[in-house]
Formats: sequence, C-alpha cells, structure tokens
Amino acid sequence: MKFLRRFCIRLSNFATGHRSDQRLREEIAEHLAFQTDENLRAGMSPSEARRRAVLKLGAAEAIRENHHDEQSLPFVENLLQDLRFAVRMLRRSPGFAFVAITTMALGIGATTAIYSVIDATLLHPLPFPNPTELIRIQEDLSGVGAEDVGISVPEWKDFESSGIFQSLSVGGTGADVNLTGNGQPERLSFKHVTPNYFAVLGVDAQLGRTFDPHDTTPGFNLEVVISDGLWRREFGADPHILGKSLLLDNDAYHVVGVMPRGFRDLGSTSEERNTELWLAAGMAGPPFPPPLRGSRLGSRAVARMKPGLSIAAAQAHLDALVESLKKQYPADYPAQAAWTVRLIPLSESVVGGVRQSLILLFGAVGLVLLISCVNVANLLLARASIRGREIAVRQALGAQRTRLVRQFLAESLLLFVLGGIAGFAILFFARKFLLQLVPDSLPHLNDISINWGVLGFALAVSIAAGIVFGLAPAWLVSRFDLIGTIRQEGRGSSGSRERSRARQILVISELALSLVLMVAAGLLLRSFWDLFKVKPGFNPDRVMAIETWLPGPNDPAADIYRSATQESVLVREILRRSRTLPGAEEAAVGDVAALPLGHSRGELDTLPLIREGIETADNQAPEIDSPIVSPEYFQLLGMPLLRGRLFSDQDLEHTPQIAVINQAAARTYWPNQDPLGKRVRLRLESREVLISGGPDWTTIVGVIADARTESLADAAIPQIYRSVYQRPVKDLAIFLRGQLDPRAISAQVREQVQSIDPELPVFHAESLDEVLSTSLSVRRFSMEMVGFFAATALLLAGLGIYGTISYVVNEQRREIAIRLALGAQRGNILKMVLRRGLGLAAAGTGLGVAGALIVSHLMVGLLFGVSSIDLPTFAGVTVLLIIVALAASFIPALRAMRLDPITMLHSE
Amino acid sequence: MKERPDVLQGTLALMVLKTLDVLGPQHGYGVARRIEQISGDLLAVNQGTLYPLLLKLEHEGSIVSEWGASDNNRRARFYRITAAGRKQLRTETSDWERTAQIIERFFKVKAEELP
Repeated sequence: MKFLRRFCIRLSNFATGHRSDQRLREEIAEHLAFQTDENLRAGMSPSEARRRAVLKLGAAEAIRENHHDEQSLPFVENLLQDLRFAVRMLRRSPGFAFVAITTMALGIGATTAIYSVIDATLLHPLPFPNPTELIRIQEDLSGVGAEDVGISVPEWKDFESSGIFQSLSVGGTGADVNLTGNGQPERLSFKHVTPNYFAVLGVDAQLGRTFDPHDTTPGFNLEVVISDGLWRREFGADPHILGKSLLLDNDAYHVVGVMPRGFRDLGSTSEERNTELWLAAGMAGPPFPPPLRGSRLGSRAVARMKPGLSIAAAQAHLDALVESLKKQYPADYPAQAAWTVRLIPLSESVVGGVRQSLILLFGAVGLVLLISCVNVANLLLARASIRGREIAVRQALGAQRTRLVRQFLAESLLLFVLGGIAGFAILFFARKFLLQLVPDSLPHLNDISINWGVLGFALAVSIAAGIVFGLAPAWLVSRFDLIGTIRQEGRGSSGSRERSRARQILVISELALSLVLMVAAGLLLRSFWDLFKVKPGFNPDRVMAIETWLPGPNDPAADIYRSATQESVLVREILRRSRTLPGAEEAAVGDVAALPLGHSRGELDTLPLIREGIETADNQAPEIDSPIVSPEYFQLLGMPLLRGRLFSDQDLEHTPQIAVINQAAARTYWPNQDPLGKRVRLRLESREVLISGGPDWTTIVGVIADARTESLADAAIPQIYRSVYQRPVKDLAIFLRGQLDPRAISAQVREQVQSIDPELPVFHAESLDEVLSTSLSVRRFSMEMVGFFAATALLLAGLGIYGTISYVVNEQRREIAIRLALGAQRGNILKMVLRRGLGLAAAGTGLGVAGALIVSHLMVGLLFGVSSIDLPTFAGVTVLLIIVALAASFIPALRAMRLDPITMLHSE
Repeated sequence: MKERPDVLQGTLALMVLKTLDVLGPQHGYGVARRIEQISGDLLAVNQGTLYPLLLKLEHEGSIVSEWGASDNNRRARFYRITAAGRKQLRTETSDWERTAQIIERFFKVKAEELP
C-alpha cells in the first residue's frame, strides 16, 4: 500500500515533469545556516564554521541525486534517454534501420499471421463456457474395423445415469432438408439433436429459447431453432419469427428460437459447422429405429463432465461401465466386435486433421522468425565494428559497461519493436487479402481475426526477440579493448576476432535453419506434386455434379419417393431431361456417398457388411462404404469393369438385389475367392427400417477397378455399389459430362428438375476438377506457405552470408593489399574469399541436413509418395543453398580481387 | 562511496519518525541534531542523506511537510508525523523490540545451557 502510494507520486512527478529541486536547495541552505550559527556559537571563526557545516552535511551533489531519484523513476528516465539516443542513432543510418526493420517486420508479421490462425483454431476452438468439461464420446468396434459407429439409445441412457457426466446430448452429423412453401424450395443443412443439446454446450438463443432439456418426445417434437444467418437471409431478421411454422420435408415445425450471430455448430466439415436448423428429437420413436442396443443412431454424443473430473478418471469410470455392460448383454456386444468407448476432448475432435498442418506452419514460420532475428543480430554486430571508436571513447570517458550494454539493448529493442509494429500493421491492412489465401476447408475460418490478443503476441515476440538477440551483440560490443581500438583508430580492433566468430556462428545457423525449411518445403512440394499426378482411377474431366434432395417426411406413408419404383420414375425423367441440356453428353445419378472426394458425411456413411455364412449380426460385421448409383455412373466416371457385369435398366426393385464391388472389397472380404455370386446383406438405413420387414440377400455381380474416390492420398478403400433402381435414396447427385456452362448449369438443371417436381431444390453445382483441387486445398496451402517461408529464409541467408563475407573482406583489406603488393595472383585472392564463403556454407548445410532429418521425420504424416529422407530433395536443396552462398560471396570476393594495393596502403 | 547498509537506512527512518513523534513538528536540521545527540556519530557526517529519506517518508504518507518560521525567524520546512506514520512507528517499534529480544537471548546463551 505504502509502496504503491510512493510509486504513484513518483510516477505522477515523472509524468508531469514536476521537480522540487528548488525546495531541496532551500532546505540545504537553511540546514547549513543553522549549523553555521551553531558552530559560531561554539566559538569557531566564520569561515571555519561554514566549512565544518558543509563537511557535516556531506556531498551535496550525491544528496541531490538521491533526492532526485526518490522523486522520480530513474530506471524509466534512463530508458527514455537510451531510447531517445537510439532513435537519433537510427535516424543517422536510415539504410541500416530500414533493412533491419523490414527484416523484422517480415519475420514477426509472418509469425503473427500464422499465430492468428492458430489462435482461432487450436487455442480457442470452443466458444462455450467451461470448454474443458466438454467431451465427445466415440464408440468403436475395433474388432470389425469400425470406428466411430455412433451411439444407441440404451447406451446413451446408461452413460447418462453413470454419474460421470453432468449432462449428455446426442446429435446427428448434419443432413439436408427441404424448406418449401416459401417461394423457391431451398435445401438447408439441419441437425437432429436431443433437446438438451444447447444446454450441454451452454449456449442460449438470442431470440426466443432453445429446446426444453426435459422434453421427452420420442420422435421429432416439431420445434425448430434456426441460425442467425438463416434468420437474416430468409426471413429478413423478422422479430416476429417465433411461432412461425416452417415446412421442412413436408412436415410443419414451428420456430422457437434464433441462435446468436457467432454461434457455429460443432463438426469437422464446413458443411456441418454451417448447420442452419436444429430439430429436437428423443431419437427413440418414429422415424428413428426402435431403441435397441444394436440400433446405432449414426449420431455423435457430446457430454459435459462433472466439474473437476479429469478425462483420465472419467475414462476409467467409463471403461468399468463398458465392461459390466458387455457382461450383461453378451449378445449385443460380442467379443469379436471389441466394443470400446473413448472420451475425446471436444476441442480436439473439432479441430481434427488440420492440427498437424498448422503446427508445421507455425514451426516453419518460427524458423523464418529465427532467421530474421539472426540476420538483424548480424547487422547489429556489423554496425558495432563501425562504431568501435565511439564506444571506446565513451568507455574512456567513464561510461559503465552495464550502462553501455543497456544502451545497445535499447537500440536493438527499438529496432525489433518497430519491426514488430510494422509487421503487425502490414498484417492488419492486408488481412482481407491474406484470408483469401486460406482454404475454405479450414475450421473456424470465420473466427480468424487480428485482435488485441494477436497484437499482444506480436509485441511480446518482438520484445522477447529484441532482448535475446540484442543482448549478445550488446555484450560483445561492450567488451572492446579500448586502448587498442583507440590506438588503431578502428582499423581492426582486437575484440573483432570474437565478434567475427560470433558473426560466423550466426551465419552458419542461418544457413542451417534455411536448409531445414527448404527441405521441408521440398518434401511438401514433391508430396503435393505426386498427389496431383496420382491417377485417381476415375475421370473427372468435364464432369459436373449437381445435388438435389428428396423430402423424407416423418410419416413414411406421406413420402411420395418411398420406394425405389416410385423414385425411379423421377430418376429416369431427370436423366432423360439432363441429356437434352446444351452440351451434355452423358448423365448419371448417385447418392452423396457416390460423389468423389470430400463429400461423404464422414464415417457414418458406412454400413455393416454381413457375408452369407460368415457373419450373423450387424454388430459383428465389418463396416463398408456403400454408394448407390444409377447404371450409367461407372461409364460416366470411366471406372472400368474388371469381371462380371454392371447394373442394367432391367435390375429393378422386384428383381433380385444385386451389387457391384471394387477390387479392394474383393481383396479384403473374399481373399483368394471369386466374389461373383457371393451373397451379402447390408444393414438398412434408419428411415427404411419401418418400411420393409427384413433385408433381402444381395448378390455380387461385378467387380470394378479401384478408384481413389475417398481421398487422393489413400489407396482405394473397399466399396460396394448398389443400384438406385433397387434402393431409394434421398440425397441425389446428378452427374453430367460434356461441354457444360458452369455458370448456367445450376439454373438449367433446376429448371428441368422443378418441371418434374417443383418442390425439389437444386444446389451445389461443382465440376469434379474443382472438387479434386479443393480436396488438396489444405495441402496446397501449407505447401505454398512453407515454400514462401523457405524462399524468404534463403534470401535472408544469402544476405547474411553476403554481409559476413563483405565484412571479412573489409577487415582483411590491408592483408589483401599487402599480398597483392607482394605479387599474389588476383585469382588466388578470389579463391581465398570464395573458400571462406564455401566453408561457412558447408558448415551450415552439414548442420542443416542433421536438423532437416529430424524435422522431416516428424513430418511423415504430411507426406505422400515420398520418403522423409528423399535423397533428390536433400541433395537438390543442399546444392541450391551452396550455389546461393557462393553467389553471395562472389560480390565481395570480386571487390577483394579488384582492390588497388597502392591506394589501399597509402590510405592507411 | 559505500552505501550505508540497509539496516541503518531502516533504523534511520524509524529514528526520524520517533523524533517527530516525541518532539512534534521539526525542520530537517532539528531532526538531524536530535538524532545526532542520541545516536552519537551515526549521523555526525552526511547529514544530507536525511533529505531524500524525508521525501521518501512523505511519499509514503508517514509524514507531511510545510513551510514555516523557525525560532530565530528563519524560513524552514517543517515535518509533522501523520496518523499513518504513528501506526507505522508502533508496528516497527514492536518489531524492533521483538528482534532485539531474540538477538539478546542468542547472545546470552552459553554452550552448556543448550540441551
């Protein structure tokens, strides 16, 4: 308290420039007068009395200094003085200041840019209260190779009453729904959730309410919560929206609430995060399957743990519960399925796959920052040798060493902070442009912002870098041998050997760091190139896909596309009309799972594959990807038939059920056997359970070649295709090949589809080439970024080696001149200097290769088709770096060679 | 020049407060004289060091000062202890006494008395 009061007064004195030196002077004068009087009374002579009084008082100047220090904040005053001096020094050499500040602006700006992305994605992934309590419950049947199989209603109830969680909600992974009766039919993305979903997350509606957490309606309770975006776009932010009824897939739901503007749903796809409608359901009644243990909902469970419970402890409790459930229901959890339940922090499950790429980028940008710092440190050292005389003179005049170090530190801090501010300012003004470079598939793209936290980060990094990289040069500079320096008039001071060694170490580390970055960039580039060149197994050329969604009302009887026969009328008509579109040559349809690359809704698309005579129940069966397509699909995408036959127009709902598999499925499930004629069953999709009694056997009639339809980086995964004329689907994609007009195609298809059924929305027209390139967007982004950073690093390293060699030449100019005067060949001088550069480069690349081996090993997960110790990459990068180093040494080497010994030696 | 040890700095502040408490408002010279009388040579030289200390105490709110006239009608700055200063004096006095007692006991202890 006292300290604070004292500090405040001193601060205000300091700020206002208030001085009470006058008061002290008067007080001291009074004091001396009193003492002199006293001494006179004791019988001294007047001059003696005065002298004694002054002696007794002590050193007036020291007292005044102490008094002054007490009055103000001496540390800050000194700092300001140093800074003022630093500003003067920088203004005197604007070239140096410009280069140093630009270098730092580059380093800190780039680091801050990547940090802002990380800040939004990795550091603050969950904008919910107490986010650490939120976890996702993932169930795996690892015994049958099935991950994330979803939860069933009885399991949900068991977990909920286990005492591990405060609350537990279940939500779908997002699906399409048609909004009709409001002009143009629109397809929206919705999510069915348990009524406590929003309560578990801890978010409330901005208008109206969310669902009542205690609602126990088994099916949909016909309430809908809408997103802020939908509210503004579709309803013009109507404040009277509450209670309004929306026709969704022909069922009427009434609006109970509007979510706040910033609210985004969970999910790993941007599709899912942009959910616009939430429907509440108990998931235990129609249209959901009966609540049996084996009927997994294809949903995700998100729970809030009891406060204070660690994930490990919760997991231990849960494992015990899982064990006892397995004993209690052996038929539902057969041993070979190996049912396990994992708790995953929700933040982790949201960020998903980009974590590795972002960490790589941050590492890369960190290296760039390090290189820029090293470069500036190098510049500071170079400048110090120019200022050698100034420092020596100041030392001779009695400047303390700590004071000198402090002053140099102030100078480097000023440089670094100015650089940081410049970098941040560039980032701030270029943010719109930079955000366009970020791929759309990045989670939380819209949350990336240049905010105060990011500014704080930039400043903290600048100051930390300024202190770390300013301290070493300041220390070395203050160690001048002052006699030697003054006597030699700065020709070559004895402290310079130490400094030149420091500079060489700096340059070597710069070269090593840039080699690491270049290897990383090279490996990423090769991976990307290989992915780009990989044969996808299907032909995306001139193919466009356009989606539509057939409504699936809650009451199956009201569904006009209930059976395959009913739907086939629509499908055949769509195909017929599509072929007549301008430029169209071929047409086919399929479901969303049949859309190649990045369109599946995740793992929940798979179905259990029950092979005749092998598996007897869903929960023992391996999960398989199962697209549904029209017969023309394989022809259109150029996927060749290897054995058997494809679907024909005569394979209908009432004819035997047939399927076509890919090679991977044949290899995996019927190794060394002929899959043709084998019979399988696939678990029925939830909506169908109520319609037909039990699934028929499906016979495999054909095998097609593998295609990378799931991901370009993964070799084909097993797939089983069925015909749309035998299996009705709701999510229909229309494939067209030909000379299509990408801008007009949406409208053209919409016109055709809606002339058949005006209630159907048409959306998402994309060419498969675009899809292919989008599927590589995160990879391309990280490759381009790392490549850019590597190029920057190479440039900085080149500048660094240029600076160092120039400095060495400058230091040795006398020696070179003498050698030349004594008859040395100019070519030898050139060689001598180049050898210096080559030596530095060799040391740098040696260190760099070692570092790059470590880094590339960590990057294995990001590589494709290229080994982490790829020799051509390492060799190419090393050669490139050495060439750059030699080129950078060449200019000072030429200068050394052309030195005129006569002029040089005269001038000394 | 060697700085005075911190202990003396601390005691000097305590002495100033005690002097002002006992004698009432005093000017700097008065305080210095009084301390010199009692403490002998502690403040015989470098009496000036008192002034930065007075400023510090004033900043801390233990004392206040104002211009006034001395006995022989000189203009002088008078220092007066505040309520906060008295409180500080009390706590520091008892702290000192406790410390002194402990130290005293330690000095009296003989080897054979220890168990």
